[in-house]
Amino acid sequence: MKPRFWVPAVALAGLIVLFAIGLTRDPSKIPSPLIDQPAPAFDLPVLSGGRLVSESLKGQPVLVNFWASWCTPCLQEHPLLMELARSGVKIVGLNYKDEPQVAQQWLDRHGNPFALIAQDRDGRVGLDWGVYGVPETFVLDAGGLIRHKHIGPLTRQAWQDEVSVLLK
Amino acid sequence: MIPELGHIALILALGVAVLQAALPLYGLRRGDARAIAAGRSAAMTQFALVLFAYICLSLAFAYSDFSVVYVAANSHSDLPLMYRLSAVWGAHEGSLLLWVLMLSGWTLAVSLFNRNLPANITALVLAILGIVSVGFLLFMLGTSNPFDRHFPIPTEGRDLNPLLQDPGLIIHPPMLYMGYVGFSVAFAFAISALLSGRLDTAWARWTRPWTTAAWMFLTLGITLGSWWAYHELGWGGWWFWDPVENASFMPWLVGTALIHSLAVTEKRGLLKSWTVLLAILAFALSLLGTFLVRSGVLVSVHAFATDPARGVFILIFLSLVIGSALTLYAWRAAALSSKGELDFLSREGLLLFNNVFLVTAAAAVLLGTLYPLAIEALNLGKLSVGPPYFNSVFVPLTAPLLVFVGLAASVPWKRGKLRETLRAIRVPAVAALVAGTALPYLMHDSWSWAAVAGAVLALWAMVTAWQEVARRIRSRASVPRAIWGMSLAHFGLGVFVLGITQVSNFGAERDVRLAPGGTSALGAFEFQLAEVNQYRGPNFDADVGTVVVRKNGQTITTLHPEKRLYRAQQNVMTEAAVDHTLLRDIYVALGEPFDNGDWGLRLYYRPMMRLVWLGGVLAFLGGLLAISDRRYRLAQAAERSREAAATAVA
Amino acid sequence: MLVGAALAATASAATDDEERYRALIAELRCLVCQNQSIAESNAPLAEDLRMQVQNQIAAGRSDEEIIEFLTARYGDFVRYRPAFKGRTLLLWLGPFAVLVLGIGVVLLFIRRSHRGAAPIAPDPSQLARALKDEERLP
Repeated sequence: MKPRFWVPAVALAGLIVLFAIGLTRDPSKIPSPLIDQPAPAFDLPVLSGGRLVSESLKGQPVLVNFWASWCTPCLQEHPLLMELARSGVKIVGLNYKDEPQVAQQWLDRHGNPFALIAQDRDGRVGLDWGVYGVPETFVLDAGGLIRHKHIGPLTRQAWQDEVSVLLK
Repeated sequence: MIPELGHIALILALGVAVLQAALPLYGLRRGDARAIAAGRSAAMTQFALVLFAYICLSLAFAYSDFSVVYVAANSHSDLPLMYRLSAVWGAHEGSLLLWVLMLSGWTLAVSLFNRNLPANITALVLAILGIVSVGFLLFMLGTSNPFDRHFPIPTEGRDLNPLLQDPGLIIHPPMLYMGYVGFSVAFAFAISALLSGRLDTAWARWTRPWTTAAWMFLTLGITLGSWWAYHELGWGGWWFWDPVENASFMPWLVGTALIHSLAVTEKRGLLKSWTVLLAILAFALSLLGTFLVRSGVLVSVHAFATDPARGVFILIFLSLVIGSALTLYAWRAAALSSKGELDFLSREGLLLFNNVFLVTAAAAVLLGTLYPLAIEALNLGKLSVGPPYFNSVFVPLTAPLLVFVGLAASVPWKRGKLRETLRAIRVPAVAALVAGTALPYLMHDSWSWAAVAGAVLALWAMVTAWQEVARRIRSRASVPRAIWGMSLAHFGLGVFVLGITQVSNFGAERDVRLAPGGTSALGAFEFQLAEVNQYRGPNFDADVGTVVVRKNGQTITTLHPEKRLYRAQQNVMTEAAVDHTLLRDIYVALGEPFDNGDWGLRLYYRPMMRLVWLGGVLAFLGGLLAISDRRYRLAQAAERSREAAATAVA
Repeated sequence: MLVGAALAATASAATDDEERYRALIAELRCLVCQNQSIAESNAPLAEDLRMQVQNQIAAGRSDEEIIEFLTARYGDFVRYRPAFKGRTLLLWLGPFAVLVLGIGVVLLFIRRSHRGAAPIAPDPSQLARALKDEERLP
């Protein structure tokens, strides 16, 4: 029983372990390189008038939520966002590639959880933040650093396990 | 009623598969000839049952029985009949049924065409195939039953994915699966060699036609897949190094190494344990491909609706089957040692190098495909490995193969002489150099080292492919079909490489925006968008452009690219229009419409594109010729009488 | 198509820039479709990224700067051609290491096969003998 004949079997074992781990991951989620970096700067018009500068977000932890009226999964997370807003969490909405009137109508219809809504009409700010789909939610700390990015609709599980702990 | 009958047939097939696996093994232990023979009957019964189940599912599609979940998810009453019937394998559950049908078909073939095999080997092979069948049937019945029903019955189905509504669907997956599944036969032969502790040149001779048959179907399947993607996906590409494409390419690379290694084992009795390992690996890669496509572990445009739960089952199955096989290999391979001299400059030496390069290439593809997964699993971040990597690595690893294939024709078995070899290759080498250097200039009035190197290698392979035949004819020796087959396949390889090098070096493309009536130029061709009309298809609405292509003022062709909106799921599909000759393709795809009535168009010029697929088809035909060689059958009659005397049914 | 139209519409297109543009967009992965480059993808994000690349080329940025710009925002995943750095060493060098190893093993195997075996007698008529050998199969 020569040892070299065992090489293929051992290699297979390694592959199986790799695949087993792979089955627990989601390959379509792309992690953000901006974690623990300062949030990319922006200066955008606000839906209700005036402008919002990213600097002014500093001072308290805040959720930045990229959303759009044309985005179906955004509706999924909306009730949870409303609940969080009511319980005092500050959520800033980044309206991504949307029409202001249509966005306003959407909010009138479904409710407005956002303290402020900035309009990213051409998606340029989204690009700076590494957004590749909506909804995406970023968690900023008081110093303006991005601490976490949640891809897809925010779930109660994700809120409890990952997001709420960062806002303390 | 019919779906239930199909379901029952599958359950019965599972029972029969268990018998097919158990009875021959029992018979071998106890010397019970009837139990051994029962394996054959089990194989035939299993095939009949699976075929019946397959027909039931096809009927459900033909009659648009939307009470069946699978039919409702993949069909539509407006879907043309031929697509309704091929939709059977359009998604996960049905494609599994196709797998199982192919497997029972190959098993049936082994049970029928085995006059040359000793009974105990047939028994072992059928038993192992039975074990594989059991696994797949369990998987299907346990997690992916195509006959599941639902209530209430929807009034309409969700339609077949429009990407699949193409003639390519009708033939590409069946050919591909014939190849994947066919390697299970080689696998079974390898395992039976390990179990019986015996591997001689006779074993190699039995295994070769089965392996070549599987290889040739896989070759055709991959070729068709590439051809289909080119026409269907709208951006002129023909190979994307997509994980699922790689999943089919790896068994092909190892399978090619295997058919060459088998030649050495049969001729010289060498490389026995290596050949066995290759046979196990080829099938392992087929199973791996099945895993990758259905588990959701990798992202791919080809992947079936993924489900990690299914992934777990396949992974367990893969671990059990291949794990046992490789453990058996580790334990018993030493007994299959080969004794004999091997020379560097000999046909078997060159074939050995062929194997090294092919297997390394397969390893490179595996590495690139799985690397992102490994990096992520180790929490080192997330990166992607795309075509630029594969192209950079694959080409240097496979270019030398072209040199070898030409050399091998001039080098005899056992020991070649350098001077004789050099003399034999002189003419083809010079011919290839001259023609290869001239070709880019003649065809495109331009020149580059890459283009010339590619053309020279390709032409070298094409010319040397016929040297063996020429030599035999000159010495008035016979030219068996197997030699014709080998020559044709190697010629096909050269044709394929010629197509690739021309397309990569001299292909051109342009994105333009044209108003109806507007023109644009690409190379020597002028494209005019005459008009864009609408029409209503059976299950889609289409915009169709009329594009007139001219060269030097003469109209060459009129193309009709389309943009279709499939009504059921509102998917948009691009149907490219292609004008092809052997020397070039002209390809036009309709892009996006603009507000003022302009349209975006993508124009492509692809020289010698057809050669890429012609090469694959020639290789397939070469394989077909090779397996039909009657020497396989004649030698068997003599072998059989000797075997019958020598072999005791243990 | 919008992007290409702008470039193609002008008869005297800056072909160098067009070349660079084509090459770059084939090297960047579309994050939405995930198995296509941004050259091939029809996704709106891909179009945005193509526009970015085009604008940055026109603004005089180098290829490395543009790739760096996108990697800073989307991570290494956006590179279709993996970077050559620490954690991709195995990826880029692995195949060639395997090849060298394989060739080494073969040479060793050939040398060892000669030990203990009677040498093959050189035959005056190599080819005739070869033909006779091949009477069986190729």
